[in-house]
Amino acid sequence: MAIFSVYVVNKAGGLIYQLDHYAPRADTEKTFSYPLDLVLRPHDERVVVAFGQRDGIRVGHAVLAINGAEVNGRFTADGKDVLEFLGNPANYPVSIRFGRHRLSSNEKLMLASMFHSLFAIGSQLSPEVGSSGIEMLETDTFKLHCFQTLTGIKFVVLADPRQAGIDSLLRKIYEIYSDFALKNPFYSLEMPIRCELFDQNLKLALEVAEKAGPFGPGS
Amino acid sequence: SRELFVLTYGALVAQLCKDYEKDEDVNICLDRMGYGIGIRLIDDFLARSAVKKCRSYSETTDMIAQVAFKMYLGVTASVSCTSAAGNEFSLILDKNPLVDFVEELPAERASLCYCNVLCGVIRGALEMVRLAAEVTFLQDRLKGDAVTEIGITFLRKAEDRKHKRN
Repeated sequence: MAIFSVYVVNKAGGLIYQLDHYAPRADTEKTFSYPLDLVLRPHDERVVVAFGQRDGIRVGHAVLAINGAEVNGRFTADGKDVLEFLGNPANYPVSIRFGRHRLSSNEKLMLASMFHSLFAIGSQLSPEVGSSGIEMLETDTFKLHCFQTLTGIKFVVLADPRQAGIDSLLRKIYEIYSDFALKNPFYSLEMPIRCELFDQNLKLALEVAEKAGPFGPGS
Repeated sequence: SRELFVLTYGALVAQLCKDYEKDEDVNICLDRMGYGIGIRLIDDFLARSAVKKCRSYSETTDMIAQVAFKMYLGVTASVSCTSAAGNEFSLILDKNPLVDFVEELPAERASLCYCNVLCGVIRGALEMVRLAAEVTFLQDRLKGDAVTEIGITFLRKAEDRKHKRN
């Protein structure tokens, strides 16, 4: 039962707040000898496992560290290309850490703007006039819930598919936003939210919603 | 705490009167402050009252008069439509808590709109839900009229692009 993350998108589609609430991700570190039985390939800025899933190392996991030193994208900490390094039998045995790659803040900004556009398309595609736009996006591993206020701010929550009570959580987040972000005289509208009180109260609200579990918060 | 608010507001207006010579300047200042409050208050109002989207100007004005005024000032206003086109309304306030302690305006401040902040608040709030409006005082008890009347004139909708947010 978990709420994975919260995103707040302003009227223009820019991300103004983001919170990741996952349980700590499971990294796997293993020692390998040549030849490597996993198939690795470059993807965007990272090296990911393409095939050869085993022992907790899944397809899609990225190389996070080699011999304890964090990799920098496609290059090791000392600047060598990761794939070249791992192709050279002289470097073995080597200890590699794999795990799910966390999104960088730029990636989150881009995804938020894309969602904003999809939301707009969603409300236009509707056969009925005055449709609400995307309210929920469901996949097998998570559900994305979105609530757009009458003033154009969108609150997006990614949660476990079995988690209930997200609608009331979204309304609660709206209240917390109007209390701690808007009433803060030094917060400018539509700008990134950097208010401690907002963070704290949001985390509290998420914890309450999670504890309530699959039945939702008590009515 | 209602008293504290009313007293604070009174002190604010008094200070503005000392700072500015002309009544017009004070009125503009109050309106601007109200605008700043309105653009933030609207989200608080929508979050707490969970009202549905209003589909007409008269629904919107009713909402302001009955729900919003009640929530924030503790009084309700009555609404009347003053134009055939259906875009001009007036809110009539019998009781205005902001002027509880004010008897009358001093002689040299005859054209001061004491509660102009309310006009700014309404204007700011409406703008955030994409309704452009002009809000002014039509009658003011402090100036000797029978009631306090706030006039709202809805202008053409601010956004008329192809993409309409629903």
